[in-house]
Amino acid sequence: MSNLNSPADQPPRSLLARLLPSRLSPYVWFIVPALVVLMAIIIFPWGFTLWMSLFDWKIGSAATFIGLGNYADLVHDTRFLEAIFHTLYFTALAVILPLIFGTFAALIFNHKFPLRGLLRGMFLLPMMATPVAISLVWTMMFHPQQGVLNYLLSLVGIAPSEWVYSSALAIPCLVLVDVWQWSPLVMLIVLGGLASLPSDPFEAARLEGASTWQVFRHITFPMVLPFIMVAAVVRLIDALKTFDTIYVITQGGPGTASETINLYLYLQAFSFYQIGKASAVVVVFFVLVVALSLMLFWLRERSKWSDA
Amino acid sequence: MKKLLDKFLFAVMVLMVVAPAVSVFLWMLSLSLKNEVDTLAYPPALIPSAPTLDNFIAVFNGGPFFSYFLNSVIVSGAATLIAIAVGVPAGYGITRMKARKMLLTIMIARMTPAISFLIPLFTVFQAIGLTGTLAPIIVTHMVITLPITVYIVAGYFETLPRELEEAATMDGCSVWQSFRHVALPLARPGIMVAAILAFIFSWNNFVFGAVLAGRETRTLPVAIYNVLTFEQIAWGPLAAAALLVTLPVLILTLFIQKEIVGGLTAGGVKGS
Repeated sequence: MSNLNSPADQPPRSLLARLLPSRLSPYVWFIVPALVVLMAIIIFPWGFTLWMSLFDWKIGSAATFIGLGNYADLVHDTRFLEAIFHTLYFTALAVILPLIFGTFAALIFNHKFPLRGLLRGMFLLPMMATPVAISLVWTMMFHPQQGVLNYLLSLVGIAPSEWVYSSALAIPCLVLVDVWQWSPLVMLIVLGGLASLPSDPFEAARLEGASTWQVFRHITFPMVLPFIMVAAVVRLIDALKTFDTIYVITQGGPGTASETINLYLYLQAFSFYQIGKASAVVVVFFVLVVALSLMLFWLRERSKWSDA
Repeated sequence: MKKLLDKFLFAVMVLMVVAPAVSVFLWMLSLSLKNEVDTLAYPPALIPSAPTLDNFIAVFNGGPFFSYFLNSVIVSGAATLIAIAVGVPAGYGITRMKARKMLLTIMIARMTPAISFLIPLFTVFQAIGLTGTLAPIIVTHMVITLPITVYIVAGYFETLPRELEEAATMDGCSVWQSFRHVALPLARPGIMVAAILAFIFSWNNFVFGAVLAGRETRTLPVAIYNVLTFEQIAWGPLAAAALLVTLPVLILTLFIQKEIVGGLTAGGVKGS
């Protein structure tokens, strides 16, 4: 009976209730400083953005309350709608391709071989390197006249390409950079998953004489799928947010051919100083990120059920 | 015979996986060591006919590269130090209170594009007249360093046995003392990984500096981007500058790849 008041028996309390002095855990004081900073640099901006999205406000002039006017404008803004399409196009490719390549790399690095540590470190370089620096190098490699990529194409007898200077190819080229840059992160997550798998099923399958492909298809893949889904969520969030590489390599061009929501947002906020409109873009963007993430979480749950 | 063939095929696959990652950096190195004639030569050669350090000298003579370097060190150093000072106790508190839901705020912060933090903070900094100093850049960089620190450190504290702290409490230590003298020393490796990763991601950041920095307060990524846009494009010096900016990160990555694998996997896997 004396256990009745133990924390475990109580309904989960809100953060506010948990901070009330009557039941103050001594550990609260460890969190308070970080909480204050998070409030200032993360929570406050969220609230501010939501509020500002209701105003017509250009920096330097007075703000007028226009309710949902900014959102109404966005619905008719073809440039914004195209940016959404570009973002989805880029994201779809920049999620799926690194998942395939990263998982393949994880399967390789899950074996033991000489120099594995060093080679794995080399494989990680693209994701750790400074994005602006590698974007500059890719810009030079994409150059139609002096770039090394067209020279490499010529070696295998393919006609030179316009690469990022072509409207049709700009997004696929940016995807190429993204795959190169972020497959290592997928590899890391999937490798973590592979390391946690029990070895019995694999030994059993070997004894039964299963081929490498059969082992992968029927044992490894289903078991590692939850980790691949985690990688998919992480990749989705990062791909939607991609900024540096696109900004440096194409600036959203040619024209607006590779302008994603993030680029459009940057332009509205820091070239046109349309803070109200830009804030509305942020809100729409955030809803999109959350909606797509939830969709992936839902897929992940389903993939768990189908295992059972 | 078959075994040898398998080994060969496996080596080819390893090469297929690693070669693209490395070759871009090799090309960067090659461009940075080429003279102008080699840069424009067709077919382009990987190994320069007459390797030269002129491009690097041009970078140092062409602008206040060193002061940009110093800006980057100050910004990333300060943002990392504050994040460690505030984030390590927070990570500890969160694990000991079992308040994992707080990590959700951090996850949602990760879902928000960086520019959306910039708009409100930019407005505030303009209003209080801090633009043109390094302070706004340091503050915004904490959007990167603090979440990653809390995340990795919380994960690390969770793996530590609680018995030692409980014993310390039995012996009359306060909560603070058992954190300071028992948990903190044990967590040192985790804190190191968090600090290094926070520093790297802050060092790499472009967009905060691009918006907030004035001519004097540019960080390195912003400085090399401006070389691209405002000057006659000279590939050699540009490649040299890019290499100088990212070289410390590359070397660090190769040295501590094992720790990075541990830290990022924990962050990524627990991130959902």
